[in-house]
Amino acid sequence: MFHHARRSRGPRPATVRRRRAATGLTALAAIALAGCSLAGGGGDDGGADPSADGGGVVRVVTHDSFSLSEDLITAFEADSGYTLEFSAPGDGGALVNQLILTKDSPLGDVAFGVDNSFASRAIDAEVFEPYTPADLPGSAEQYLADDAGSLTPIDVGDVCLNVDHTWFTEHGIAEPATLEDLLAPEYRGLTVVPNPATSSPGLAFLLATVGAFGEDGWVDYWADLSANGLKVVQGWSDAYSVDFSGSTGAGAYPIVLSYSTSPAFEVAEGADSAPTGALLDTCFRQVEYAGVLAGAENPEGARAFIDFLLTEAVQADIPGQMYVYPVDDRVELPESWTTFAPLAPEPFEVAPEDIAANRDAWIQTWTDTVIG
Amino acid sequence: MSGRVKDTGNTVVRTRGRAGMARRRSAVAWVVAGAIPLAFLAVFFAWPVATLVARGFTTDGALDLSGFAEVFARPRTWRIIRLTLVQALLGTALAVLLGLPGAYLLYRRTFRGRALVRAFVTVPFVLPTVVVGVAFRSLLTEGGPLGFLHLDGTFTAIVLALVFFNYTVVVRTVGGLWERLDPRTEQAARALGAPPWRAFLTVTLPALTPAIVSAASVVFLFCATAFGVVMVLGGTRYGTIETEIWIQTTQFLDLRTAAVLSVVQLVVVGVSLALFSRARARRERALDLQGRPADEQTAQRLRLWNRGRPGGDLLPTVVTCAVVIVLLALPLGNLLVRSLRTPDGWSLGNYTALGTAGGDNALTVTVWEAAANSLRIAVDATVLAVVMGTLVALVVSRRPRNPLGRRAVWWLDAVFMLPLGVSAVTVGFGFLITLNHPPLDLRSSAVLIPIAQAVVAIPLVVRTVLPVLRAIDPHLREAAGVLGAAPWRVLLTVDGPFLIRSLGLAIGFAFAVSLGEFGATSFLSRPDRPTLPVVIFRLIGRPGPENYGMALAASVVLAVLTATIMGVAERLRREGTGEF
Repeated sequence: MFHHARRSRGPRPATVRRRRAATGLTALAAIALAGCSLAGGGGDDGGADPSADGGGVVRVVTHDSFSLSEDLITAFEADSGYTLEFSAPGDGGALVNQLILTKDSPLGDVAFGVDNSFASRAIDAEVFEPYTPADLPGSAEQYLADDAGSLTPIDVGDVCLNVDHTWFTEHGIAEPATLEDLLAPEYRGLTVVPNPATSSPGLAFLLATVGAFGEDGWVDYWADLSANGLKVVQGWSDAYSVDFSGSTGAGAYPIVLSYSTSPAFEVAEGADSAPTGALLDTCFRQVEYAGVLAGAENPEGARAFIDFLLTEAVQADIPGQMYVYPVDDRVELPESWTTFAPLAPEPFEVAPEDIAANRDAWIQTWTDTVIG
Repeated sequence: MSGRVKDTGNTVVRTRGRAGMARRRSAVAWVVAGAIPLAFLAVFFAWPVATLVARGFTTDGALDLSGFAEVFARPRTWRIIRLTLVQALLGTALAVLLGLPGAYLLYRRTFRGRALVRAFVTVPFVLPTVVVGVAFRSLLTEGGPLGFLHLDGTFTAIVLALVFFNYTVVVRTVGGLWERLDPRTEQAARALGAPPWRAFLTVTLPALTPAIVSAASVVFLFCATAFGVVMVLGGTRYGTIETEIWIQTTQFLDLRTAAVLSVVQLVVVGVSLALFSRARARRERALDLQGRPADEQTAQRLRLWNRGRPGGDLLPTVVTCAVVIVLLALPLGNLLVRSLRTPDGWSLGNYTALGTAGGDNALTVTVWEAAANSLRIAVDATVLAVVMGTLVALVVSRRPRNPLGRRAVWWLDAVFMLPLGVSAVTVGFGFLITLNHPPLDLRSSAVLIPIAQAVVAIPLVVRTVLPVLRAIDPHLREAAGVLGAAPWRVLLTVDGPFLIRSLGLAIGFAFAVSLGEFGATSFLSRPDRPTLPVVIFRLIGRPGPENYGMALAASVVLAVLTATIMGVAERLRREGTGEF
C-alpha cells in the first residue's frame, strides 16, 4: 500500500502531462465524434418547419414494414405542398395499442397499417375520425371496417399455408390441400406455424380456423393438429427462415404458415416454376387500413395522404414495395404475381364484430389448448 | 464552538472554520454531482415507467389494485415467475463458473492472439437477439448441425444462450480487477507452503469477490429480464416476466396485468439487488491494486505443462477453449458461413448487397447508411452514459461519515441499476404517454433514441467503474487531504488515474450496448433513420433469400464493428494508463 502513496505523491512533470494529453485527446475525439453525430442528426427535424408554400407537415404513423417508392412521395410533396414525416413505432398489434394509449395526444395525423384483426379495437377506442375518400374503389367497399367509415382499406394480402413442392416430390407423398388434410397421419410432424399471441400472421391463421370450423369446432381442430405433431414457433421469420424446408434455412418442415405471395420470392432467376406453393384453400385475408387520427393537428393533410394512397400510381407501387395486393382491382399486377402469387378465390372470413368481441379469449383458449 | 474561539488561538480557529466550510462545500458538490444523473433518470426513466404502470392501476380515475388478486390467481403467473428465477439463477451460475477460468486466462496470462480472443468474446453481448435466435435455432433445429442433441425449444437452449450473451460480462469485470491484483500476495502464500488451489481459495478468490458479485448481479439482471432470446428459443413453452409484459402490453393492451407483472419484476430485481449489494459490501475492502496490469510487470506466459506434468493453467485453458469454441464460435461461425451462402453458391454477394436497399426494396436506406446511423447514435448515447455513469460511480464510491449520507449513497447505487430490471416495452410505451408536451415534446424526435440507450448503458458504466474506484484505499484520500490537498485535487490525483483506466472499458460497453439495443429503439425508430439492428430485424422479416442473406451479412458487420470498437476501447485504456 505504501507504494501507492509514494506514487500518487511522487511523479508530476512528464507522466501527468502525458496522461492529461491522452485524456484530452480522448475527450477531443469524443467531442469531434459527437459533433459529427449532431451534424448528421441536424436534418431530422428539418420537416418540422411548416413550409411557406404548402399545407405544412403531415405526420404519418405506420408499422415497420411500410414502404413506398421515393419518387412517389417526392411527387406528392411537390404537388400538394405537404411535407410527409414518418414514424414507425412497432408492428401490427403494437401499433394499434400505441395509437389507443396516445389517443389524447395523438402520435401523428394519419395512421397506416392497422389490419382487420386489430381494427375493431382501435375503432372501439375512438382513435379515428371517419373519412370516406371520394375515389374509394368499388373493390374496396367489401373490406370497410365499419359503416361510419372510420378506416379506409388500402391493401389486402392472404395468409396461407405454403408447401415445399420439392420435398413432397422427393418423398413421394401427395401434397395436402385443405386444413382437414393436415390431420392425416401422413402429414404428421410436417407443419410449423407462428404463435398467434406473438405474431400477426399467426393470429390470422387462428382466425382462418375459426372461419373454417366455427366457434364450436376450431378448438378441437387445433387439439387434433397439435396431436399430429404441429410445431409452434414465436414469429413468422422463425417459422419461414429456420424451420421451413423450402426457404434458405432448409429446415425440416415442408408445410409452413406464410403468405400467398411467398412462393413468388422463391422462384429462381429465369425459372418458370416456383419450388413452393400456397394452399389457397387455407387462407385468411388480411386487410390493411389507413385512417385520420382523431385530434390530428393537420386533418386536411391526413385526408390528402389517404387519397394519395388510393391513387393508381401508389396502388400499383404497393405489390413491389410491401408484398401485398392493392385494394383497387383495376390496377395491373406484376406478371410474376399473377403466375406465382394469386389471391385465394374464397378465403375464410370472420365478421369484424366477432373478432372484436372474442380475439383475446380465442388467443387465450388457443394457448391453453396448444401450449398447455 | 464559538465559546472555544476565545480559548484557542486565532489561527487554529481559522483553519478549522475553513476546513469545515471546505467540507460543507465539497458535500454540496457531491450532492450536485449525484443530482444531475438522478434528474436524468427521473425524467427519462422513472416518470415514463411510473406513468404507464399507474395507468394499469387506475380504473375510471380511482386506484384499483384488484389486478394483483386476479393475476396471482392464475397458475400461469406463478409458473412464469418460477421460470424467470430458475432460468436467471442457472444462467448466472453457469456464466460465473465458466467466466472465472476465462478471466484468469485472458487477463492473467499472456499468449499470442489474446487480444483477439478478448475482443471476440464480447461479440455475442451486442448481437441483436433476433440474429442470435436464428444463429442458435438453425444450429439446434431438427436437421441442423446439432439437431441430434434435441435442444430446440428446450430450457437448456435458453440457459446456454444466456451464457452465450453474458460470458463476456463476467470475463471482463472479473478480469479487469484480476489483472491489477498484486501477484505477490498469492506468491507469499505459495512461499509459505500453500498449494496453488489453496492460495487461490484463500487469497485470490476473496479479493476477487466484489468483482464477481458485481458481475453476477449484472448478469442476473440481464438473465432475469431476457426477452428476445427467450421469445425465439423458448418456442412458446417458456416465458419470463419480461416476455409476458411484452405480450400483455403490445398484443392485448392489458395494462392491468402488465402493471402487476412490472411490479413483480421490480420486486424480483430489487430483492436480488439488495442481496447482491449486501454480499458485495461484506466483501469489499481496499485491495492491493497494481498501477499497471500485472502482466506488464511480471509477464506470466501461459504454461500448460510443467516439467511434463499438467500445469495449473491446463484446466482453465481447457474450460475456456471449450466455451469459446462450442458456445461462442459455433453459433457465430454458423452465422458467418450462412452469410456467405447465396442462391448462386458461395460468394460475397450478400455483402455487396449491403450497399443496396435489399431485394424488392425491403429497406428505405442501404445497410451502410443504417450502420452510419447506428454509429452516430452510439456516440451520443455513449457520451451521455459515460458522463452520467461516472458521476454516479464517483458519488457512490464515497464513504460519507454520517448515516444519512451513507444511506443516500446506497440508494443512488441501487436506483441506477433499475433500468436493467424494467422491460423495454414499458419504457418505450411510457415515453409515448409522458414526453408528449413542451418542453419535453420528444416522442417523434431522434434525440430520444440515444437517451433511451444511455439509460440502459448507465448501469453497466457504473458497474465497470465502481469496483475499481471502491478498491482505492480510503487512507490514500485521507492522507492526501491531511497533506493539504484540496478535495478536487484529491479527486484528480487519487481517483483520477484509476477512473481513466476503467473508462476505456466503460466506453466500450456503453458503445456496444447502444449498437446492439433493439427493444426500446424499435419503438422510437424512424423509418428514414433506422439503426443496424432495426434494419436486420426488418430484413429477416421479409421473404426471399436475398433479404435473408443480407440480414446475416449485416449481422456479421454489426459483430465485426462491435468487436473492433471493444478492441479500440481496450487499447485506449492501455494508453491512458501511463505511469503514476
